Amino acid sequence: MGMTIIEKIFARASHQAKVAAGDLVVVDVDVSVMLDSSFHANHRRRILKVHDPEKIVVVYDHMVPAPDKMSAEGHVYGREFVKQFGIRRFHDVGPDQGISHAVVADRAYALPGSVLVCGDSHTCASGAFNCAARGVGGPDLLGAVTTGKTWFKVGDTVRYDLVGQLRPGVSAKDVFLHLAGTYGHHTNQNIEFGGPGLAHLGINARRTIATMGAELSAEFATFEADQTLLDYVRARNPAPFDAQNPDPDARYVDRRTIDLDTMEPLVALPDSVIRNSVPVGEVEGEKIQQAFIGSCANGTLDDLAEAARVVKGRKVAPGVRFLVTPGTQQVFQAALVAGYVQTLMEAGAVVTPATCGACFGGHMGVLGAGETCITASTRNFKGRMGDPSARIFMASPATVAASAIAGHIVNSAKIA
Amino acid sequence: MVSGAVWTFDDNINTDLILPGDMLFATEEEQRRAVFRANRPGWVDQVHKGDIIVGGLNFGMGSSRPAARSLRNAGVAAVLAESINGLFFRNAVNFGLIALEVPGVRAAFAEGQTAIVSLDDFTVRNRESNIVLQANPVPRMLLDLMLGGGLYPHLEQKGLLEPRPGAP
Repeated sequence: MGMTIIEKIFARASHQAKVAAGDLVVVDVDVSVMLDSSFHANHRRRILKVHDPEKIVVVYDHMVPAPDKMSAEGHVYGREFVKQFGIRRFHDVGPDQGISHAVVADRAYALPGSVLVCGDSHTCASGAFNCAARGVGGPDLLGAVTTGKTWFKVGDTVRYDLVGQLRPGVSAKDVFLHLAGTYGHHTNQNIEFGGPGLAHLGINARRTIATMGAELSAEFATFEADQTLLDYVRARNPAPFDAQNPDPDARYVDRRTIDLDTMEPLVALPDSVIRNSVPVGEVEGEKIQQAFIGSCANGTLDDLAEAARVVKGRKVAPGVRFLVTPGTQQVFQAALVAGYVQTLMEAGAVVTPATCGACFGGHMGVLGAGETCITASTRNFKGRMGDPSARIFMASPATVAASAIAGHIVNSAKIA
Repeated sequence: MVSGAVWTFDDNINTDLILPGDMLFATEEEQRRAVFRANRPGWVDQVHKGDIIVGGLNFGMGSSRPAARSLRNAGVAAVLAESINGLFFRNAVNFGLIALEVPGVRAAFAEGQTAIVSLDDFTVRNRESNIVLQANPVPRMLLDLMLGGGLYPHLEQKGLLEPRPGAP
């Protein structure tokens, strides 16, 4: 019996010929990504040795620019850490700033066939790069940073074969909402994406889907390596890599075909995305006070382009705050050059610097009691973006932008 | 052997319910006070040290935040659930909280009943009904971490982290 992508990456990283579901593997970690949260006074532990500074990336993303004194103190501490251990890949507040998974994508730090860990649950975002990328907890991350190794329980793999092509106005987020609504959670399972539909799915779209793997509770969400991916990585990172595609006789616990042509704009109702998706029409008219596009899931240049397309020449409805957060400052600059930022701002959007900010209810867009938000970000848990009585609907950037214009939830096709 | 009074929860209990976002950078004590404040206000004052949580499917879905530590600090001796999110499980291992996947556990327990957990053969017994369930075994390496106070003490012993007495 052959191996899936994840099993093949683990076989290489654990120096074994064969890895199968049910195994516990101890693997070499190729990249460990530390965040500002790793250095916050209430969380941090003093690191005495690191395994290899070249395998560490430090990105400040949750509390940037520092919104309070405690965060600022943690930033200072982290800068000292970076200096002490000679870490070259450091993304402080500034032109290299961004949400860690988006920075990792911009720079292609996550190489095909490699293992990457980070102390944030949406690390699976880098699964778009054929990388075994997983969010881990604080202790796990320090374990990887100091020993160069970590462990994984190898789960069963569900294979999704993508066919066809998304129609205009339908996006990768809608594909995710379809998966979550139809199949529910994938606890203890790996998700593998491939098939001919990949040819019509750009890297940014794959990133959205891979990122949202965390919301399916998947262990890993990994894409096949095709020419589009190999070209993307080689243009950004000169390091050698060994991409892994599944064996023809790989064992899957289930194999499902997703016809992209049949996808439609969906909305997840508040509090959960698990079997909670409905067509936009079912909640049309639901009044909103905030519309948000951003996060590691929807802060790509494609997401900003789609938002700009929808709002061009229109105005955000009175009483609605429309917040847009690019995934990285690099994306922000590209959106400036492309004219998306101007279009968004002319419509009345507030475009913020790159940060996790509003997505986790941290800062720059926290919801008040009783408010309703429609978001193109990662999570709609109760209380996620602020007050627990706030309701959070989740949708694509196009649906969110259209809703900002209408003042209520609406299908973007209706205002086109 | 671990035994304790059971608190029951539904499917898909997420990390933000256990450790709300605005408490992310708060002290451990502040985080403990906020456990389940949105879905079960007052629970932290009702739970006793040694109590056991029985959950449904996909327990602990969501964030990498140390939600397992908050439950441990709230006095919870073990989490028994139909299935457990992989990231929550990692944090349970690393913060020394017993967490077991036990198919059938949600239906087998009513709130207030007593669960008796054996980590030798990974069985869970309901003291009132005498129903015995089989948990999915936890690999030895992970069980040792889970029962040994988690990963930090291990990294301290190896001289990789500065010891911090009293820290998790």
